[in-house]
Amino acid sequence: MPTTTSPEKRPDQQSFLRRFRRPGISRAAEEFGVPGKGRSLLISVVTAVLILTLWWVVAGMKLVSPLFLPSPADVWRQIIEVGSDGFGGASLWKHSWISVCRVFAAFLASCLTAIPIGLAMGMSRIFRGIFDPPIEFYRPIPPLAYLPLIIIWFGIGETSKVLLIYLACFAPMALSTRAGVRSVSVEQIHAAYSLGATHAQVIRYVVLRAALPEILTGMRIGIGFGWTTLVAAEMVAAAAGLGYMILNASEFLVTDVVVMGIIVIGLIALLSDLLMRTIERKLVPWKGKV
Amino acid sequence: MSRLEIRNVSLDYPGQSNGNKVQALADLNLVIEGQDFVVALGPSGCGKTTLLNLLAGFISPTRGQILLDGKKVRGPAKDRGVVFQKHALLPWMNVIENAEFGLKLQGKTLTERRKVAGKSLTLVGLEDFQHHAIYQLSGGMQQRLGIARVLTSDPDILLMDEPFGALDALTRDSMQELILKVWASTRKMIFFITHSVEEALFLATRLVVMSPRPGRILHSFDLDFSRQFLETRDSRAIKSGPEYIELREEIFSIVRNQG
Ligand SMILES: Nc1ncnc2c1ncn2[C@@H]1O[C@H](COP(=O)(O)OP(=O)(O)OP(=O)(O)O)[C@@H](O)[C@H]1O
Ligand SMILES: [Mg+2]
Repeated sequence: MPTTTSPEKRPDQQSFLRRFRRPGISRAAEEFGVPGKGRSLLISVVTAVLILTLWWVVAGMKLVSPLFLPSPADVWRQIIEVGSDGFGGASLWKHSWISVCRVFAAFLASCLTAIPIGLAMGMSRIFRGIFDPPIEFYRPIPPLAYLPLIIIWFGIGETSKVLLIYLACFAPMALSTRAGVRSVSVEQIHAAYSLGATHAQVIRYVVLRAALPEILTGMRIGIGFGWTTLVAAEMVAAAAGLGYMILNASEFLVTDVVVMGIIVIGLIALLSDLLMRTIERKLVPWKGKV
Repeated sequence: MSRLEIRNVSLDYPGQSNGNKVQALADLNLVIEGQDFVVALGPSGCGKTTLLNLLAGFISPTRGQILLDGKKVRGPAKDRGVVFQKHALLPWMNVIENAEFGLKLQGKTLTERRKVAGKSLTLVGLEDFQHHAIYQLSGGMQQRLGIARVLTSDPDILLMDEPFGALDALTRDSMQELILKVWASTRKMIFFITHSVEEALFLATRLVVMSPRPGRILHSFDLDFSRQFLETRDSRAIKSGPEYIELREEIFSIVRNQG
């Protein structure tokens, strides 16, 4: 018998590398499908590990003073220490909990207002006419620019902090919801009417359902913006919160607490994003497939 | 027994600026009665979809009127079921939920809905796919689901806009036979749009040929190949018969000569 290399064997030997090139779908589907298909999780994990290693090495070699770049070990120690002893008058858990509460209160308020307003804007030219100018005007302004005005109007209490985050969530959620309403196809609406639907039924069974994917995208973007504005909101006479903790630590040049705070905010934001994505997969499995 | 009357209907679409409006239909007259299977044939862009949208009530004529049993058509209603050129299924519902959607709108109970929708799905051969998602169906299956959905809510009139336009020849043949069987068993009036001469000849009891823009009716033929099929169930014999071929060539030349 002639000796040939078994065709099944080679891919096996290269299986680790192949994961990067062929993430679970056929070659043709990858080459000629929508660009960018396939799983990227493994690649992301490798990137994260590389960045951590680089940080470790650079900090370990003491190329830069720890005042500017604390080592990962220092940061980890701060998580434990601030977790038990606290920093700036509260423990890490209390800081995190207060920040989470602020962001979620703002996010919830935004869901309750931005989604109905976005729906109204999508479905009625009158509402669109009313809400378009204010939203489009304030949307590109950095929150730090109107923060002083909010303080003048609402004081330095909890209201101002939540309001600032709320404003950051609101615009992307309202605009996304509005775009979602416009994404429904006229054939789907016609089909419902010719099956005997009333206007209310068309809205309930067709328009709202068609808008759902973009509403959820808006919520995801909104909560991301919420975390983005957290530190700005906690610049105002806060006594606790992750943003406050970072600002306070930077005043005393405790850089490892600053870095630790940044990482904690990043992790919590990542977690809430993953949660939103899971909800998205559960609620709108058809997204992007029709 | 329904009677659908199109009386001197014209339809202009507004153009970009005031001057260049598009005249899609001009002075169109047509009466459809009883269990007619009317097929409208015409080149792309001649106003077939526009005509169907008028009959469905999605748009109203610029001039003239459309009467259903003597009453002016004022909007869409469940007495006229529509199968769309592009499938218009609802992807957030699975197959059976799409099929029963009309009954859900009427507030029927789940058991009742499932019974009727199950029957329509069986009729179009989708009984084994009840719980599939829409994106898991092939193009032909989606079209069949579109037909099943309309059948479930039992309209008096079926309006079909090139329902088989995107299907391959084989599926198309079996779908044509299917729609004739549905027509025979439900005794509904059907208004069917196509740009395939063969399909038009095979299905129609009445074939109207439309002119290019502005659309109007050039010729009208009374045919009985569909009835022959329902008696003999032999579509190949009909489609290769001399009578069919002769008419096919005649209609081809009419369509071609409009330029
Ligand atoms: N919404 C619209 N606005 C402006 N013009 C339109 C609109 N819809 C259709 N038209 C024009 O009206 C004419 C008829 O269009 P229609 O869709 O009825 O054609 P059709 O016969 O269904 O064509 P096809 O076989 O390609 O589906 C076309 O010239 C088209 O450009
Ligand atoms: Mg058309």
